[in-house]
Amino acid sequence: MVKRHPEPFLWLLFSAGGVISAMLMPILLLLFGIAVPLRWMVAPDYEHVLRVLSNPLTRVALVAVAALSLFHWAHRFRHTLYDGLQIKHLNEVIALVSYGVAVLGSLAAVYAVWRLP
Amino acid sequence: MTSDPRAYTPYHPRWLRQPVSTYWWLGKWSYFRFIMRESSCMFVAWAVLYLLLLVRAVGRGSQSYDAFLNWSATRWVLTMNVIAFLFVAFHAVTFFEAVPQAMVVHIGRHRVPGYLVKGGHYVAWAAASAVVAWLLAGA
Repeated sequence: MVKRHPEPFLWLLFSAGGVISAMLMPILLLLFGIAVPLRWMVAPDYEHVLRVLSNPLTRVALVAVAALSLFHWAHRFRHTLYDGLQIKHLNEVIALVSYGVAVLGSLAAVYAVWRLP
Repeated sequence: MTSDPRAYTPYHPRWLRQPVSTYWWLGKWSYFRFIMRESSCMFVAWAVLYLLLLVRAVGRGSQSYDAFLNWSATRWVLTMNVIAFLFVAFHAVTFFEAVPQAMVVHIGRHRVPGYLVKGGHYVAWAAASAVVAWLLAGA
């Protein structure tokens, strides 16, 4: 029986997360993280943001963006530690921590979205 | 000594492995840029955390949302978000620049030129940003 290695699947998640975070994270950080605090724009009112986030399509998109971006982080973080700090001998521990955090973060995203009214 | 040069011998020379400094990436601009690109993932993770804190605040009610906006205006969070924005924008540019090498697109028997594939991603980025801005701020 052929042993299946998870690496191609992890690279797939890395690529998907890389694209989706590249498309959406800059504008989200620019709006909520910079423009609103610096008063370049008026903060969107609560009712409006709640309506947008509560939409079923937005909920699915939020979970997908969060989960894929976290797996992108996990994969790149793992390889940066290998290449940058040359600690490939800690392979199992680093992989467990990185992908473990990605899984927990994805579950947190599901919970946060589920808790929306 | 055997006459056949391909015959097995227990002798093995020592591996020639030059020790590489942990700070090898500080030696050259292209290496430093590579590590900065790789490090951008930390700010992608921060952006996810920040997004989830926003969702949680909205889920808890208008007072919690106002508290989140006030927290976002504190000096350290604002500084963190400015740095994070620069890194995620850098991440986006480096990702889209690499697209022609990673993605080969064919229409029929013709290969779509790399600059069109790359340009398509930049157009999609602009469109996605415009939609998000319109949804959250413009409507």
